[in-house]
Amino acid sequence: MDSFWSVLGGAFALVFALDPDLMEIIGLSMRVTLTAVFFACLIGLPLGAAVGVFKFPGRTFLAVSLNALMGLPPVVVGLVVYLLLSASGPLGPLRLLYTPTAMIIAQMIIVTPIVAALTRQVVDDLNREYAEQFASLGVGAIDRLVSLLWDARYSLLTVALAGFGRAVAEVGAVLIVGGNINHVTRVMTTTIALETSKGNLQLALALGVILLLIAFAVNACVMAIRATAVRAAYA
Amino acid sequence: MRDLAFDMPAAPSSCHRTATGEPILEARNLGFEAGGQRLLHGVDVSVRRGARTLIMGPNGAGKSLLLRLMHGLIKPKEGEVLWQGSPLTKKTMRAQAMVFQRPVLLRRSVLANLKFALSVRGLQGRPRAEKIDQALASAGLSHLAHRPARVLSGGEQQRLAVVRALACEPDLLFLDEPTANLDPASTAAIEKLVLEANAQGITIVLVTHDAGQAKRLGEDVIFLQDGRIAETGPVDQVLNRPRSEPARAWRDGRLYLGPDLHSVSSYPGSNT
Repeated sequence: MDSFWSVLGGAFALVFALDPDLMEIIGLSMRVTLTAVFFACLIGLPLGAAVGVFKFPGRTFLAVSLNALMGLPPVVVGLVVYLLLSASGPLGPLRLLYTPTAMIIAQMIIVTPIVAALTRQVVDDLNREYAEQFASLGVGAIDRLVSLLWDARYSLLTVALAGFGRAVAEVGAVLIVGGNINHVTRVMTTTIALETSKGNLQLALALGVILLLIAFAVNACVMAIRATAVRAAYA
Repeated sequence: MRDLAFDMPAAPSSCHRTATGEPILEARNLGFEAGGQRLLHGVDVSVRRGARTLIMGPNGAGKSLLLRLMHGLIKPKEGEVLWQGSPLTKKTMRAQAMVFQRPVLLRRSVLANLKFALSVRGLQGRPRAEKIDQALASAGLSHLAHRPARVLSGGEQQRLAVVRALACEPDLLFLDEPTANLDPASTAAIEKLVLEANAQGITIVLVTHDAGQAKRLGEDVIFLQDGRIAETGPVDQVLNRPRSEPARAWRDGRLYLGPDLHSVSSYPGSNT
């Protein structure tokens, strides 16, 4: 137990020392994760909403597929992206392998089905409530989609948070396509894995603590935004 | 300050409107079934332009279903709905509006709910703002314009739903039990809006359970029982001199349990 507490104390010391290497790793992690979640939302929100609202052949299959893809194994995604981006792969000429962009692509592929599947459920539920009123008013397809997304915005913030949670904790795929190269593609999760294997538990734990704090802070911010908006709405 | 929306309903007046014998909407031989159960059987309805037509009947009689079929929200399995003599289309649906029993309001402010409905109808800028002001004033909701619509009381929500529908300037307004679960003051406010709209020439088709409301608002009555029209005619005739047993039971306050159990006197355990 003593060693655990001393490791934890050392971890906090590293956090408060604002070590430049540590800050670089945190910065890259946030950049990769937030960019991936942004693009995942850009694709997943309208895709999920469209599947939730419109009736078309294959809709049920698509909904089931999105739900199934929520459990997509990250290492499989990593492997597929690796094959696509490797020198002999179809996207090899882009020379993206072992870059933060490759990590963003991998994370985006993992997070998009989560955002789309949860959005589909949220929007589908709201659409059941609005459908007759929209039909009565003669609301067009695009207006309907935009209105449902707007009215479900607070629930969709939680959807985005779920995507963020999955992305920020992701290690397998980013390790494969990023390579965990120091000062280039090293992010918090891959560093934790590396430092743990090297026995450098203080740094690994420090990063773990930071990861938790960031996840907590992001969730707290979103909750605060939501609460403020609701308070303002009910004032 | 007294809320204008709570003034007593104006006495039905025909001075500004033009109720004619000409049908604005007709349902011919409407039939519908769901889950292997037949819910409507060859219903024929003719709604006179400018009139207030009330659809009455017990729960499960098919009143709300008939309303949705006439508005085009559901496609009939049999028969057709004619709007001014032509089949109802999405375009002609825009000449109608509907208020539901539980008002469907967007998760937005009162103002934004009106703005949305008018934007869908292509109204923008100053004309839209004027229309919104007018609608809010007529519903007595001006002071609540920026409140989220869903935190309003039940009566306020229904008033908003009615003025939102009316703001779209329909030729015909469907109302599905708009005053169910409302107190007398809120009911009066809704009835006032309905009568004012009708006085401006808007045809009204309203579903109600309430015989009192039928007397206050109705001109023509369609009495449904088990998916069939039991009786139809002027409100005075249907409610005061009913020819059918279901309408007679309704007038007398008896429980009509079906053709084999004519009234509550046949009901097991009844003292009557």
